[in-house]
Amino acid sequence: MVEITLPKNSRITEGKTWPRTSHATHLTEFQIYRWNPDDGANPHIDTYYVDRDDCGPMVLDALIWIKNNVDPTLTFRRSCREGVCGSCAMNIDGTNTLACTKAMDDAKAPLKINPLPHQPVIKDLVPDLKNFYAQYASIEPWLHTVTPAPEKEWTQSHEDRTKLDGMYECILCACCSTSCPSYWWNSDRYLGPAALLQANRWVQDSRDESTGERLDNLEDPFRLYRCHTIMNCSKACPKGLNPAKEIATLKKAMVERQV
Amino acid sequence: MNAPHSNAPQMRTAASRVRGLGAARAGTMDFWHQRVTAVAGIVLTIALIVIALSLLGRSHAAVVQILGSPLVAIIMLLFIFNSAYHMWIGMQEIILDYVHADKYKFLSLMANTFYAIAVGLACAFAILKLSFGV
Repeated sequence: MVEITLPKNSRITEGKTWPRTSHATHLTEFQIYRWNPDDGANPHIDTYYVDRDDCGPMVLDALIWIKNNVDPTLTFRRSCREGVCGSCAMNIDGTNTLACTKAMDDAKAPLKINPLPHQPVIKDLVPDLKNFYAQYASIEPWLHTVTPAPEKEWTQSHEDRTKLDGMYECILCACCSTSCPSYWWNSDRYLGPAALLQANRWVQDSRDESTGERLDNLEDPFRLYRCHTIMNCSKACPKGLNPAKEIATLKKAMVERQV
Repeated sequence: MNAPHSNAPQMRTAASRVRGLGAARAGTMDFWHQRVTAVAGIVLTIALIVIALSLLGRSHAAVVQILGSPLVAIIMLLFIFNSAYHMWIGMQEIILDYVHADKYKFLSLMANTFYAIAVGLACAFAILKLSFGV
């Protein structure tokens, strides 16, 4: 049945308040989820004060500042720091987004930072996305063709190319899937908005020759139809994409080929 | 049905778990019928409200006569079957969302089917009894 409460070892406790730098005048408070798999303790929320005069404007700047100046054990993923790699996806101020593109001033202080919801945590703000990536791989995100490859390239009209707009931009940060209640309850069988948006990216691609097989592999009460158009995905997407609309397009294709 | 359970789930690869038993190649008809019955429900519910309003203040005999008349009875029967089917699909969706343990899931799916059929038939019987008397 539904799990309403967290298991005992997952309950979040109050953590440590780290000292503020003595000379700072412009401080922002951060409350950050911490969990270390090695110490056997429950997760806890640590409080940090970031010196804004010594730090860039984004949440990721603050996390890096904390790691460099206050607590080197704070663990998080980051790479491109410009919203392209998707590594620093986390829950900031109650919304899944990228720490690198979220300005501190656009969030309520104290800034509450948690790992992406409902994924196993590896450490602190680092979620285990194995299942998420396996779901992406399961939709076979590459061109399927039976026609021998042309000498130069597979051609596509401008009009067909524009059908991929709003999908090719997805960076697989997992903000959408981990914001979806249906994905929380059924992530073992429901593919989630990110994988479904990517699936539609290939279903809509005029160069692909396996549209029917792709739809066959999605047609499932769980894989596709756990989407109930809750729209959290579209609200969360830090790239401004609309996974809910792409899932609706997939459902429309399913109906079209039967009715 | 869930993917086969292993005693050591951590030893199964993520791909094995995600691929599971494969796609059911089903679900589209439930999705489509849910929409069809929803659209029908708009029309039939308005008709039901009009019928219910027309019964206000009338005597028992008049109510029986109106509800038993062919056009009204057919609209009521359509409303009943449409609603029961819509309710059955909707509750099935909720069960699939929230009930994960096989035993409870299959029991509640069965109970949902029995309930939808029983309620639908009981309501239909009441209308037919008014129409044809006993």
